[in-house]
Amino acid sequence: MNAAVGSLRIALVGNPNCGKTALFNRLTGSHQKVANYAGVTVERKEGRFIAPSGRVLQLLDLPGAYSLDAASPDEAITRDICAGRYPGEVVPDLIVCVADATNLRLHLRFVLELKALGRPMVLALNMMDAARKRGICIDVCALEQALGIAVVETIAVQRGGAAALIEHLDAMVPVAITPGATGPAGTDLHAQVRALLAAAVTMPRATSAIDDTIDRIVLNRAGGLAILAIVMFLIFQAVFSWATPLQDAIGAGIAALGTQVGSLLESMPSLHSLVTDGVFAGLGTVLQFLPQILILFLFILMLEESGYLPRAAFLLDRVMFAAGLTGRSFIPLLSSFACAIPGIMATRSIADPRDRLTTILVAPLMTCSARLPVYTLLIAAFIPRRTVLGVFNLQGIVLFTLYFAGVASALAVAYVIKRLRSDKSEHALIMELPSYRLPNPRDIAIGVWDRAKIFLRRVGGIILALTVLLWFLSSFPAPPAGAILPPIDYSFAGHIGTWMAHVFAPIGFNWQICIALVPGLAAREVAVSSLATVYAMSAAGNAGTMQLGATIATQWSLATALSLLAWYVFAPQCMSTLAVIRRETNSWRNVWIAAGYLFGLAYLASLLTYQIARALT
Amino acid sequence: MLLSELKNGTSAVVCEVEDAHGADAIARRLRELGFVNGEPVRVVARGPLGGDPLLVQIGYTRFALRKSEAARVRLITGDAA
Repeated sequence: MNAAVGSLRIALVGNPNCGKTALFNRLTGSHQKVANYAGVTVERKEGRFIAPSGRVLQLLDLPGAYSLDAASPDEAITRDICAGRYPGEVVPDLIVCVADATNLRLHLRFVLELKALGRPMVLALNMMDAARKRGICIDVCALEQALGIAVVETIAVQRGGAAALIEHLDAMVPVAITPGATGPAGTDLHAQVRALLAAAVTMPRATSAIDDTIDRIVLNRAGGLAILAIVMFLIFQAVFSWATPLQDAIGAGIAALGTQVGSLLESMPSLHSLVTDGVFAGLGTVLQFLPQILILFLFILMLEESGYLPRAAFLLDRVMFAAGLTGRSFIPLLSSFACAIPGIMATRSIADPRDRLTTILVAPLMTCSARLPVYTLLIAAFIPRRTVLGVFNLQGIVLFTLYFAGVASALAVAYVIKRLRSDKSEHALIMELPSYRLPNPRDIAIGVWDRAKIFLRRVGGIILALTVLLWFLSSFPAPPAGAILPPIDYSFAGHIGTWMAHVFAPIGFNWQICIALVPGLAAREVAVSSLATVYAMSAAGNAGTMQLGATIATQWSLATALSLLAWYVFAPQCMSTLAVIRRETNSWRNVWIAAGYLFGLAYLASLLTYQIARALT
Repeated sequence: MLLSELKNGTSAVVCEVEDAHGADAIARRLRELGFVNGEPVRVVARGPLGGDPLLVQIGYTRFALRKSEAARVRLITGDAA
């Protein structure tokens, strides 16, 4: 056993949908680190575990790939690390290739391709439980002999399902293997796969009967879209009804904590203001997003794990493709109705970089929940509560129009991006619809936890920094002695607001609105409380908002209110969204493009709205 | 006949995947996924709008292919499997 004591670096490789990540979770549990590969936004998952003998096994979960002839950045990383030529990554001592035992015709081809690299390698036949259920018989000895590498059975979703693999890894000394007889990828590999299957596998039928039945229902030409609509409706109901009490509790908790801490700092007014108005207010804003994000991710991961997500993409690909997107854009865009941050993070499921970028750029146009406080304030104050055509509520129609404007403009922008980009080549859908399976709670929990960590650590840090910056701009310089206007008027933010008023006069914004837009950059709903502050109202909760509504109803024209509504359909009044675009695309250029076109559209829409409304009223 | 023209629920055998242009990455990927001579395929379902994309069963796997992608796959005509 002496030879086995040294630690072992293992790369987990396999086709998409082979259960590789579940196996990784089974082996490493919570001992994993999620980051990005240097310079690209492909997720890098690393973990470690200690085998019974005390041997340390370090695992790298490589992105799923169909072939070493890479068709996406993910596949290129897998190719380069397996070949031992990825800069900055240590060459793995051993490749553990994971194959779905129910899908061997496809997966064995990739096994053969990897084997041709000649590196030390083990094949893990995963999902053996599903294979047995379907009556698939695999002669492991015959397969081992024909392949010339060790073959181990695993059931990643079952406790102890990786025991045989761990035992094997614990004892093994990695040795290079004899590469396969044939050279490059192509038909020869397929012929070899057929021979392997004939020698070692008996398959009663090509598909699972359950899959056939479910697909007949959910992909039904008449009913498929209706089922999708119902599923999405239920998810959104859950996201909003479950998250609201949690959000309120977090908000109240942070506010109480802020007051507590603030009271200790009463003697130092400037520090007191930084801590309560800057740090704690910012922290509250960040953390209040968390319940929605986590609940949304819980559902997305369940849909993904169950196999329904690619079906949804299948149903909608035609519409999305016509607009310059892909069926895979659907879930990220839908999530953006709750909040663009999880939406943009969910674009990781789009392997094609061009499709992914387009989706990220239009995601902020979906009407996120943070716009609602602004919309409700303005609609309540300016749109009469009137019934139109007997049944429709005029306020409801305006709200629907705002949502619709967001969706329509997203499709239009995606279409324009499609027409403008220089790369007009055809990008493939070619999407595998995997077998349905019951989501594994453990894998879901790990997935949600990963997202929570990313959100809190990366985005949280940036949001907090920007909130503190905005606090600084709104608080300094302090008002002179005997000042009569609210302190914000004398601050940098106040000066910026007054200066901005010149630029925004053509779209009907007064200087109060302009000032509110500055701190409102931190998050959209902040504009409401900022307006309240600017109008010297006590901005405590709803009472303040109500009074604010009455004030602006008398002070603003209808044209100004409509113009501000149009502004909020487009304007990226959300630093967190821009921060997450930076993080997810690893490029400031994309942030400038997104911010630039969104502000441009916002100004244009407001200008049209204001000028037309003024001409009509 | 092309795979894109195959009726719902019917089977056929792949003849070959044709490149739509030089160095066609999509055709190459289709070949890697098993669309090679002699392989039986079946169109399982079609998208609800315009019958696009197609859901194609090949081997033990189901792939969603856009019509333009499926049009690269030429089928053996005559006696279908």
